[in-house]
Amino acid sequence: MAPKRPKLAVWKFSSCDGCQLSLLDCEDELLAVADSVEIAYFLEASRAEIAGPYDISLVEGSITTPHEAERIRRVRAQSRLLITIGACATTGGIQALKNLRPLEELVGSVYAHPDYIKSLATSTPVLDHVRVDFELHGCPINKHQLLEVLNATLNGRKPNVPAYSQCVECKLAGTICVMVTEGKPCLGPVTQAGCGNVCPACDRGCFACFGPVEAPNTTALSVRLKTLGMDERSLQHYYRLFTNNAPAFREASKDHE
Amino acid sequence: MPNTLLISSDQLQTLIDGLRTQGYETMGPRLERGTIVYGPITSGSDLPAGFRDEQEGGHYRLVPSDPSGLEAESFFRYVVGPYSWKRLLFPPRQRLWRARRSDGGFALEPAETRPHPYAFIGVRACELAALAVQDRVFSQGDFADSGYRSQREQTFLIAVNCTRAGGTCFCASMHTGPRARGGFDLCLTELLDESGHRFLVEVGSEPGRKLMEQVSYRRARPDEIEQGRQAVEDAVGSMGRQMRSDAGDILRRNQEHPRWVDVANRCLSCANCTMVCPTCFCSTVEDVTSLDGAESERRRQWDSCFNLEFSYVHGGPVRREAAARYRQWITHKLTYWHEQFGTSGCTGCGRCITWCPVGIDITAEVAAIRDSERAVLEGEV
Repeated sequence: MAPKRPKLAVWKFSSCDGCQLSLLDCEDELLAVADSVEIAYFLEASRAEIAGPYDISLVEGSITTPHEAERIRRVRAQSRLLITIGACATTGGIQALKNLRPLEELVGSVYAHPDYIKSLATSTPVLDHVRVDFELHGCPINKHQLLEVLNATLNGRKPNVPAYSQCVECKLAGTICVMVTEGKPCLGPVTQAGCGNVCPACDRGCFACFGPVEAPNTTALSVRLKTLGMDERSLQHYYRLFTNNAPAFREASKDHE
Repeated sequence: MPNTLLISSDQLQTLIDGLRTQGYETMGPRLERGTIVYGPITSGSDLPAGFRDEQEGGHYRLVPSDPSGLEAESFFRYVVGPYSWKRLLFPPRQRLWRARRSDGGFALEPAETRPHPYAFIGVRACELAALAVQDRVFSQGDFADSGYRSQREQTFLIAVNCTRAGGTCFCASMHTGPRARGGFDLCLTELLDESGHRFLVEVGSEPGRKLMEQVSYRRARPDEIEQGRQAVEDAVGSMGRQMRSDAGDILRRNQEHPRWVDVANRCLSCANCTMVCPTCFCSTVEDVTSLDGAESERRRQWDSCFNLEFSYVHGGPVRREAAARYRQWITHKLTYWHEQFGTSGCTGCGRCITWCPVGIDITAEVAAIRDSERAVLEGEV
């Protein structure tokens, strides 16, 4: 008899769905994944729902409503392993920019009937609400890293997900540094690797989609970015991109308010 | 065959063709996105003619030479770019072996390590020194890296003496350049004047001598040899920086010094310095499985002492502070390398200065610590 396949569930909270799509984007590998796990709950792929508990839950999105704050607890309760995927689930996402302003002011400026909106004052990562077994960063996540995390989980080993800087990824790939050769601003030195070197290889600076590196020195980078021509306001905005609510970037942006 | 020959610049093509006929893949400097990288070249016209580089801490620009001047014809008036020959001999990522699950166990398959016969064209003196350093690490110790060694044995080296120094170069003070003093098959010195574009060629090995037999050359005259010597002397004179000869001792006696915290405040721990360093040899290995667990392979990739995980042991990294990581790097390069391998780990190529995004300067850090000692001695502090 074939061994029982682990049950996989994919959950969505406040997010754009892009990270879940990375799983469907694993075209060549998708059949092998489907052979290795039982896809029990994945609404983006199938309306079929198999009841919990689940062996592995992939969670996309941040927690922005009272309902989500309650639902993530239920997801945790029926998951053996909970893996958060993407910048929203791991840092609060681009929508965490709302944390910088009073909620009433924002809701009032967007919705005709603010009283219909039940939102929390903040957008926060899943880790702020429940225990998380592994965080996979990125906006969106890199599908090879997602496969690696699933693969490592199924084989009982540590995932090979690097904690080093984007600069290391550039140098391993043979990419030319845009900051040194062109004076372009780049967040690579304070950003975790993993995207596959997307922007620098296209002659653009890094936008920190994979969040801060293990021990970021944003103060030193900001000094350099100023000599390259950035003013305080641009620096503040630069740290307020897709992973703005990661503590290191949140603090760095406040230094330039 | 005399020791120093003279060839016209078009004979460079004959050299390249000769190497290719012998089965070598000819690799040399090429223009890539505003800098110089080493890649396949098949003709002299692949070389970045008429360029020079501006290098400073955290700054690199390649600029065309004055089109009306002699330098516009030059092939080698820039110095080193970000990537050294290390990339080809010690690749950034490499599969070491693979294993397949079999009944009751597993079967190991070694990775294909068939060496690539490379001819490196345009190896600078600092890079020859770096190759010698990595040879000591990878193929002369008790635990030789067979892949590196067999690749290295099949590599033909055409060195080029620098006739101009870059802004971050300090090979003269490291006694590694700008003149190549051995370890090459052939060594070229570019001569550019009203008499034309020519190269002095020094023969350094028997394979080098054999290759020159296919080339049209004549014996170099003493005045031409002198002209070449003077051109290299010009590079010594235009060297952007220098390292103190007692750097290793200065660092050894200053293990605790406020400068370590000062440099850590500027250091991004991004690891660029170690990635571009032609002697840094650290690597890590990781195991990757197939989804069904039937196959596994071990991969090696460059690692850096600036990465926190590099010193991770049970409970956390040993060198948690950036100050400790910077001190580890610089003292290994300049102090402990001598004890470990009998030479400095630094060749004065200047890459760590140029490619540091914030321009931290290894020579300036040593000088700052030395200056603070002097200030104490003179009672200024």
